[in-house]
Amino acid sequence: MEKFNTLTGIAAPMPLINIDTDMIIPKQFLKTIKRSGLGVNLFDEMRYDDDRNEIPTFVLNQDAYRDAQIIIAGDNFGCGSSREHAPWAIADFGITCVIAPSFADIFYNNCFKNGILPIALPQEQIDVLMKDAEKGANARMTVDIEEQTVTTSDGEVFKFEVDTFKKHCLMQGLDDIGLTMEKSASIDTFEAAAQTQRPWV
Amino acid sequence: MSPKTLYDKIWDAHLAHEADDGTCLLYIDRHLVHEVTSPQAFEGLRMSGRKVRAPEKTIAVPDHNVPTTLDRADATTMTEDSRIQVNALDTNAKEFGIHYYPVSDVRQGIVHIVGPEQGWTLPGMTVVCGDSHTATHGAFGSLAHGIGTSEVEHVLATQTLIQKKSKNMKVEITGKLAHGVTAKDITMAVIGKTGTAGGTGYVIEYCGEAIRELSMEGRMTVCNMAIEGGARAGLIAPDEKTFEYCMGRPHAPKGAQWEAALTWWKTLFSDEDAYWDEILVIKAEDIAPLVTWGTSPEDVLPITALVPSADSFTGGKVEAAQRALDYMGLKAGQPLSEVEIDTVFIGSCTNGRIEDLRAAAEILKGKKVKDGIRAMIVPGSGLVRAQAEEEGLADIFKDAGFEWRLAGCSMCLAMNPDQLAPAERCAATSNRNFEGRQGRGGRTHLMSPGMAAAAAITGKLTDVREMM
Repeated sequence: MEKFNTLTGIAAPMPLINIDTDMIIPKQFLKTIKRSGLGVNLFDEMRYDDDRNEIPTFVLNQDAYRDAQIIIAGDNFGCGSSREHAPWAIADFGITCVIAPSFADIFYNNCFKNGILPIALPQEQIDVLMKDAEKGANARMTVDIEEQTVTTSDGEVFKFEVDTFKKHCLMQGLDDIGLTMEKSASIDTFEAAAQTQRPWV
Repeated sequence: MSPKTLYDKIWDAHLAHEADDGTCLLYIDRHLVHEVTSPQAFEGLRMSGRKVRAPEKTIAVPDHNVPTTLDRADATTMTEDSRIQVNALDTNAKEFGIHYYPVSDVRQGIVHIVGPEQGWTLPGMTVVCGDSHTATHGAFGSLAHGIGTSEVEHVLATQTLIQKKSKNMKVEITGKLAHGVTAKDITMAVIGKTGTAGGTGYVIEYCGEAIRELSMEGRMTVCNMAIEGGARAGLIAPDEKTFEYCMGRPHAPKGAQWEAALTWWKTLFSDEDAYWDEILVIKAEDIAPLVTWGTSPEDVLPITALVPSADSFTGGKVEAAQRALDYMGLKAGQPLSEVEIDTVFIGSCTNGRIEDLRAAAEILKGKKVKDGIRAMIVPGSGLVRAQAEEEGLADIFKDAGFEWRLAGCSMCLAMNPDQLAPAERCAATSNRNFEGRQGRGGRTHLMSPGMAAAAAITGKLTDVREMM
């Protein structure tokens, strides 16, 4: 996994609430057996019409936002299906940070496994970031994971919270499975005890 | 000892490791796998030379892609990429030595229906699957939730999951349900109250008289949609009904082990003085048969209500509601009971069990599907299908004009050939009414099986109580 450090980039405003994972990556693209190549279908049904032409009003089809690396979104981003194809599509498009008032639980966890930093901030701060993002390509925001800050193009700074372990893994690009396997002795001990206590499992 | 909730008890019994920063490794008793969210996980194991740590606790079944038409063994409607995905599961199940129910097996079906049916799901277990509707298994008093594909790989390799503990929410449904009101209406009513993000960060325990009165099938319906309220999991404490359901199932314990299991299972309830971070109480008698009008499961109203106007909401919901009304082709003030439909879909992990089919059959007996309405019933598993045929339900469906299908997820998420056309309006017993969920531009109204059956007869959203 790519290491996440400081990111300075264009932020695309998507104020809609409850953007679900069916919107992020519709089911017809879940039939892949790979993780890569989904960026072209990110937000597919909002992004293209029936003839596969771009819908010009959709934010990521506008010249200012084609190279966006950040999304500023409405409440409850990523709700619905557990499909990790959603963060795969987001990352494949080139977006590595999503900022919203809240996230659905499974999507939030999936982001960290794919080098994406989800940031939850209060609605008032999201409103400021949304306005900043609406300024277009010249307004670049900076996300500093080390300092846990988001800085607007005007220099306004917002502090965010992130779990220490998740932050560490994201910054170092660490593989969870490798880390857990280092604790296999604890798992062995637990498994042996559980086998005695609950042999029917 | 300090009082604990049911969630606390299951959590404590599965804590394999806790780091200083509170990051925990939770041991997983059952890992269910389907073809859509697993190929990349198995590929990851292969690339890193890892094995499945506990293949005996891992159960796979293809359900999302499979055609449900009777010719599915060689259905030309199955696309090449679907076939590749199902074949990948066949290969992975063999190569890694996990339990497997192939498409040709009568026990095949939706993973969340097969698990309980085969006795894989038992009280007090931790159950995960790369599928958000894993919450279904919480009906047994097991801690069950959806995970992403990276976590699928993590569980395959380590039989654990990295977790932080959620908060506890109690949802109590007091009193008795009115005639014509079902488990589906309970779970939709709860989401209507909490909103789709109200449960985020919580594990919900459903309790109260109306929950206790539900069958296991009904309890699974309630827990199934806990995720639509944003909760990590939904739980119902096990009781005699739970034990009776589990007894004798192929993978349930037998003899002395059954007795030992029962002794532990009987300790699985929330202590009287347990601490709840949040409590919601709903009176059962206040719940009416519900339908959704919008594109979020929180957009619920009684069937007797009028379509709301966008400006009756506040904040970001105003824009979202207007977008939903436009998408759904509805006008504010229109009676929901006058909304005409094109299609009826009865099935899914929410409502594809035998009790759901019985409820639909009760309404459909001796009646006909209205001319021009496409109507299909997709049983949740091959065994549900067989039982419905034995009970004569299948004949009622066929006589009424319903298509009687083979088991699978089908039109709940339309990954197989069963899809809505743009603007096609569907009365569905599934769990999500998102834009495009059942097919691009398709319009979904969620409801109970009885309500969907009633809509098939009249060709519009209908109050099931008028047909009982």
